[in-house]
Amino acid sequence: MKVLVAVKRVVDYNVKVRVKADNSGVDLANVKMSMNPFCEIAVEEAVRLKEKGVATEIVVVSIGPSAAQEQLRTALALGADRAVLVESSEELTSLAVAKLLKAVVDKEQPQLVILGKQAIDSDNNQTGQMLAALTGYGQGTFASKVEVSGDKVNVTREIDDGLQTVALNLPAIVTTDLRLNEPRYASLPNIMKAKKKPLETLTPDALGVSVVSTNKTLKVEAPAVRSAGIKVKSVAELVEKLKNEAKVI
Amino acid sequence: MTILVIADYVTVGQANTAVAPSTLNTVAAAAKIGGDIHVLVAGDGVADVAAAAAKIAGVSKVLVADNAAYAHQLPENVAPLVVELASGYSHVLSAATANGKNIMPRVAAKLDVDQISEIVAVESADTFKRPIYAGNAIATVQSSASVKVITVRATGFDAVAAEGGSASVEAVGAAHDAGVSSFVGEELAKSDRPELTAAKIVVSGGRGMQNGDNFSHLYSLADKLGAAVGASRAAVDAGFVPNDMQVGQTGKIVAPQLYIAVGISGAIQHLAGMKDSKVIVAINKDEEAPIFQVADYGLVADLFEAVPELEKQL
Repeated sequence: MKVLVAVKRVVDYNVKVRVKADNSGVDLANVKMSMNPFCEIAVEEAVRLKEKGVATEIVVVSIGPSAAQEQLRTALALGADRAVLVESSEELTSLAVAKLLKAVVDKEQPQLVILGKQAIDSDNNQTGQMLAALTGYGQGTFASKVEVSGDKVNVTREIDDGLQTVALNLPAIVTTDLRLNEPRYASLPNIMKAKKKPLETLTPDALGVSVVSTNKTLKVEAPAVRSAGIKVKSVAELVEKLKNEAKVI
Repeated sequence: MTILVIADYVTVGQANTAVAPSTLNTVAAAAKIGGDIHVLVAGDGVADVAAAAAKIAGVSKVLVADNAAYAHQLPENVAPLVVELASGYSHVLSAATANGKNIMPRVAAKLDVDQISEIVAVESADTFKRPIYAGNAIATVQSSASVKVITVRATGFDAVAAEGGSASVEAVGAAHDAGVSSFVGEELAKSDRPELTAAKIVVSGGRGMQNGDNFSHLYSLADKLGAAVGASRAAVDAGFVPNDMQVGQTGKIVAPQLYIAVGISGAIQHLAGMKDSKVIVAINKDEEAPIFQVADYGLVADLFEAVPELEKQL
């Protein structure tokens, strides 16, 4: 079966971002960018499904600026077969991305679509569920285990108080949680080979999708700074401070 | 303006017994928006939950959709129900729990509106604040949607009283069964301690705990304090504790009165889950650990000496 994986180019998870002085957003100039960590897990899961003989072809798709080609090449080096970039320089909301992904799903007809559970920049946790709504497919969100059998996929999900398993008819949408797998690294020969794999570029206009939004970001501020704390010398001093100064125990 | 709040509930064994605490925080957020507040309880065998929801302060009506199709709140079935009801409302709110996060974007997409996730403050009926970049920035977002679909970060709002209200209870007949998904089973972590996201005190361990057995030090300290026990991702990945104990951007968000971080370095990902705690205590032997930059009280010490000592002195 064909598996479609969506990946996002985001600021690297180790970077401590700074808010711009004019409060228009965070400063992303000259900041290291990477594939969103949850998307890496999605790519890895697709590659493992192919290694098990479940998946026959992996198509990786990204929606964003032309620089997102880097992340698509990374996915190709990890084992994806071909890539699709829907190029847009605008900042898109989850709903706009879900609509564009729907158009790609209509075109590619995958049996399984794997996304990360959330992107670490917007922290929305929406796109997979929205894509499932638009396609009418079942959704297995926050997946820590994915098992395809026949025309169904069993997804074990991380919920607030443990794990839950649901069975979904294929085609289905799965979003990955951290525990699903440990992503591999791309080897140098595979990085070289990935440069020759096909990468198709589309635009929202060509897909006939409107990306207008009902949300508008008015400003972005730095969070309130915690006042500097103190270091105590002993457990006794700590207990005394918690009892008499902070009054929390 | 009328606001619909989707209730989360507590399930013990096979029985749905009570409204989840996070729903009380969500009703508090709805009260800040202003207007009539209705609560939807969807599930299979939820009469007790509906009765409890009717007592929540500030709620004027409880809608009950009691149907086998809504068992375990499968989003494929619950979302169409919410979409059907949504046209009568200005806002649809849910707590940003695993259930809320699962269902609400499906509702928003069906309504063709953008969702606003995990709000921490209400500026006005259409403008909200929410953290982005793991809590390193706060965005103010305005929605022009006809129905505003929002999830609420429970720690951003003080819970309303669970008693004192007297809402009417009304049954909703509609049954939606999309037939594309089914519940197979679940495996719940057992714990007698307070629920992590609602606890007043949280004691968390990290990689510094060295192994799962050593968490017994934290459990006995927590029991003395009436606290919940959490963990960093490092401790979960190392297999010391189950992953529902993880605090952080990818785990649970907590904001207790007191957060005690033991053997946790304080990575960005972890801080995103706990830095709104009122008082933070860090116990770590590395005095350069980033956790000391957010800790109100830091103790540079070997946790295996400090934690038993702390327990003794309480």
